[in-house]
Amino acid sequence: MKIIVLMKQVANKDAVLRIGTDEKWINEADISLQTNESDGYALEEALRVKEAKGEGEVVVCTLGPQSAKTVIKDALARGADRAIHVVYDQPNKLSPYQISKAIADAIRDENADVVFAGLQSDDASYGQTGVVLAELLGIPHATIVIEVDRESLGQTLRVKRELESGWYQWFTYQLPALLTIQSGISQIRYASLKGIMAAKKKEIKEITPTVEAFAGAQTIEKVYMPLKTKQTQILGNGDAKAGAVELVEKLRTEVRVL
Amino acid sequence: MILVFIEHKNCVLNKTSLEAITAAQSIGQDLDLKVSAVIPCNQECALAQDIAHYDLEKVIIVKNEKLGIYTPDAYADAWEQVINATNPQYVVMSHTYQVRDFAPKVAARLGREMVADCIRYKTENGKLILTRRIFLGKLDADVTVGGDAPYFVTFQSGAFRGDNAAKGTAAVETMGVNVGEIRMTPEEPFQEAKVSVDLTKSEIIVAVGRGIKSQENIALAQQLADTLGADLAASRPICDSNWLPIDRQIGSSGQTVAPKLYIALGISGAIQHIVGMKNAGTIVAVNKDAEAPIFDLADYGIVGDLFEAVPVLIEELKKHKS
Repeated sequence: MKIIVLMKQVANKDAVLRIGTDEKWINEADISLQTNESDGYALEEALRVKEAKGEGEVVVCTLGPQSAKTVIKDALARGADRAIHVVYDQPNKLSPYQISKAIADAIRDENADVVFAGLQSDDASYGQTGVVLAELLGIPHATIVIEVDRESLGQTLRVKRELESGWYQWFTYQLPALLTIQSGISQIRYASLKGIMAAKKKEIKEITPTVEAFAGAQTIEKVYMPLKTKQTQILGNGDAKAGAVELVEKLRTEVRVL
Repeated sequence: MILVFIEHKNCVLNKTSLEAITAAQSIGQDLDLKVSAVIPCNQECALAQDIAHYDLEKVIIVKNEKLGIYTPDAYADAWEQVINATNPQYVVMSHTYQVRDFAPKVAARLGREMVADCIRYKTENGKLILTRRIFLGKLDADVTVGGDAPYFVTFQSGAFRGDNAAKGTAAVETMGVNVGEIRMTPEEPFQEAKVSVDLTKSEIIVAVGRGIKSQENIALAQQLADTLGADLAASRPICDSNWLPIDRQIGSSGQTVAPKLYIALGISGAIQHIVGMKNAGTIVAVNKDAEAPIFDLADYGIVGDLFEAVPVLIEELKKHKS
């Protein structure tokens, strides 16, 4: 059983973002970076599937600059067996299709049984790398997976998808298949000291992708702080009770929801 | 022309599709394009007659026996054929979980990609410039798409209002499609035993944050909600403290809502909360701190103690009711 996990390095959730001088992305030079949240859960699920099966290999695949080695090393320390690093300095310049194509070219010959990915990245949030990759690899996919029935693993795999408004649905997939994982699906393990030591001997294969122009690509023209579009009416002038009386009047006459 | 996707389960409409109709009509007006609706179904979908009451050129039932219960494989095959048969300029959808599942696949198969989860658009030289939220809502990005039509666009829930969809009369037609091998077997959708609250359909929401101070005080907010006929919701700290269940949580890790009225009590307005409610029609904030970021977003603000304001609000509302 071979499992591939896609992982991406993104800006730290709490990082203060500064817009780059070309106004097309942030300035990533001086901010802390981390593993994309849902990708961490994708790795955890991959490791649990391998453990349930009792054999197999978990291969991490990352597209990004050399700094993304941090993500890879962390994944290897947690238990991944080896890694493929598709080295690309500015992944933010690639469109979703180009990203998926570069990854497809890098992993196609691995012939994985299952490919795991996070459901979306916390930076560009295209939310389609996994789905497009599955199409390019010619394998079926499921998005927003919230549970994997590891006991069911054989020629097929049964997974639970999150629908909206508290609904869920189980699907049984022919393998190979690609699954995108929802955050919070399980408790992520820590890397043990033994794991960290062992990681140093694990293989990281570097690949330089051939990125071709893609006619249908979407391009980020400009990045900016969200605009404040609203004029706030302050009611009551510091008197909360008077404000409440005024508010009911506004709700009745201006908003007309009452 | 523009194709707009009508999402349904057993011929019952997913209401966000009405938002997609509004979006498609708006783009159609700006670019002088007609709009037709697409309903994948395994029968002469009962929903088609309802959708035909909107201002659309056609309602196309895309029919195959395998389109009864949703699967990404069946939907991708169906959409590929509809698009090839109709040559649309744009394909417009609401960014639902189902759309996220199949639309990127259809786009990729046709050598395109999807501009996803857009919050607005503008037109420039006959083309769309789409705005997406990136970095967990911290930044906006204006995006263009290259290449030839069709262009795939999905809009965030609440980006357009479903009740603004223009009414009219549309012709209903059925297009049979071929669906190939389905590589996944769906079971029946189900709800978890725990009752989940769907706040996305709420018209009025009263939400509480840290400023409510204790679990006992939730009752006061509940009383206001009851008076307004509103649903009660909360920011993350309240749910993390188990003062309200997690299915009441609004924000990046909870629900994304767009009610007509959102009353934020003691909520400072961290970005994680704002992404979940910024599209509300009218936002009211009650907060002691005049510098709280929630006031940047509010239409009406009361700077002061919510424990003074809320009882008066309840009293005044009752007066107007009677």
